Amino acid sequence: MATAANLPPVIAEEPALGAEKVEAARGQRGNREGRAKLSVPLTLLMWLIAAIYALPLLWFLLSSFKPGSELFSYPLSMIPREWTFQGFVDAWERVDFAQYFLNTATVAIVTTVLTVFFSACTGYALAKYNNKGTRLFFVCILATTMLPTEVILNPTFSVIRDLGLYNSLAGIIVPSVLTATGVFMFRQFFLTVPDDLLHSARIDGASELAIFFRIMLPLSRPILFTLAIFSFQWRWNDYIWPLIVLNDPKWYTLQVALRSIVGAENIDWPVLLGASVISILPLVLVFFVFQKYVLNADVSAGLKD
Amino acid sequence: MSTTVASGTPGAGAVRSKSQQKRRNRYVIAPLVLIGVNVVLFLVFFVWPGALGLLYSFTDYRGVGRLNFIGLANFQKLFADATFYAALGRTFVYTVLSVPLVYVCSLGVAALLVSKAVRGRTAAKIVIFLPWLISPIVVGVIWKWMFGQDFGFVNFVIATLGGSPVPWSSNGNLALAVVIFASAWGGTAFNMLLFIAALKNIPEALLEAAELDGANAWQRFLNVTLPGIAPTSFMVILLSTIHAMKEFAMIQALTNGGPGTENTLIVQYIYKTGFEQSKVGYASAASMVLMVVLLAIALIQLRFNRKKA
Repeated sequence: MATAANLPPVIAEEPALGAEKVEAARGQRGNREGRAKLSVPLTLLMWLIAAIYALPLLWFLLSSFKPGSELFSYPLSMIPREWTFQGFVDAWERVDFAQYFLNTATVAIVTTVLTVFFSACTGYALAKYNNKGTRLFFVCILATTMLPTEVILNPTFSVIRDLGLYNSLAGIIVPSVLTATGVFMFRQFFLTVPDDLLHSARIDGASELAIFFRIMLPLSRPILFTLAIFSFQWRWNDYIWPLIVLNDPKWYTLQVALRSIVGAENIDWPVLLGASVISILPLVLVFFVFQKYVLNADVSAGLKD
Repeated sequence: MSTTVASGTPGAGAVRSKSQQKRRNRYVIAPLVLIGVNVVLFLVFFVWPGALGLLYSFTDYRGVGRLNFIGLANFQKLFADATFYAALGRTFVYTVLSVPLVYVCSLGVAALLVSKAVRGRTAAKIVIFLPWLISPIVVGVIWKWMFGQDFGFVNFVIATLGGSPVPWSSNGNLALAVVIFASAWGGTAFNMLLFIAALKNIPEALLEAAELDGANAWQRFLNVTLPGIAPTSFMVILLSTIHAMKEFAMIQALTNGGPGTENTLIVQYIYKTGFEQSKVGYASAASMVLMVVLLAIALIQLRFNRKKA
């Protein structure tokens, strides 16, 4: 009975299904044709835009290989007529760049390790323990994104000074450890980890912290890498904290040093160009090694610093 | 212990509630340990300076000595200060012009990068993403170099094409235009990633259905894609607005607020008064105003977003 009753609709459905398939195929073909027609102009447009984005960078890079005399001699040429590394050598030796490089690397690496670790801890707690305290702290963290450090420069300086962190690298590292973005990234990730995992580990008698360190932290590896790269970039490129915390040039980071070159009355362009190019190299290197963690990252809420 | 006795049944009941108590403690102490460091950092580097800033704004503090309260005098002076208004106004102009540009650039690029019709998408994505690696200071250097009035590439091209050199750094509005271009160039990469993620989440079926109903590409974009990425759009606009309002490093390197003080933005104004002239109290008052403005922007956009949704 049941089968008999079911039969007619099935039969009736079949031609419809077939028609749908044909339609879909036609639609797809139409799509593909349309796509093929559009492919050339769209590709051209994309690459035109890419070229526009690349131009300033390319001009800047190529200029850094020109000798000082050629930088300002008309007519300008895209490709240096004479290739030289003098700008880089001068930047490295004359401006004490090696020291700035070392300072920046120290700050970026130490802060990144701390940021990743504490963001993972906080993000996990905010995702997996739902109580008044964690909920309140979530709102607090949200508030920090709305009210950036730039708004409270002077009082921040007073706090740094009163804590005895003035004019030290620690003064840049410690305040930068807490980032809303990092916490949100980990919170978002741990929200997707099923609670069953947590419950079964608890039943097996694992302590709360052991669950976090042994199970959850290793699970979050992709986020860990993504945040590490983000954090490294933020700290490497940071200007405002080093500016207010550092006074002695021997602690300067690259950004502050570059600013002092570009802010001078007579800008020494060959040195400035060389120094700027050197300052980007480490990030470019990190990016090309770990690019999949940046470009494929499922970046979501609040991902900016 | 007394509570378990009071609750009645000794023995089994007491044991259970004791273990419950223990578990509850575990659930309170463990997260506390995990968030502890960040809570301390939040209090020390956010709440403390915030409160201190509010306190300073009612004093004539100059960086040393005792706090001397002068009531609302700072705010009275501030609201009559033409340079403050100029800085705030210029910041608004900059924000209003740069945020839409950043939005359009990043969404446009993202739309092209998810379109299957475009060849070489991975390479293009990397090229357009590169500016993300570059610090605001170096972005400033690069664009200063491109748009140098006497030596820049752009003026050279204009001159070669027969035009007369454009005063990119001595005309205030043109100088601001360069800053806006630079901000779009530097800001596209990251927002582009956000948009790519959002665009990929739009169900293909929805777009196909719209196509079958006869919607053309533009209509599909307007009626399916845009509503589909609304949350991301909201986030990009909010973050870019806050970012633009506090723009500092890039403009420091690019124009240093010039020509003269024409393009001094608000954070730069605060920095100059607070650090270079060490009028800490006065700068803090300006900071408080900026804080209120930022909060207002965030609230307005949140309200707007909720109404739309």
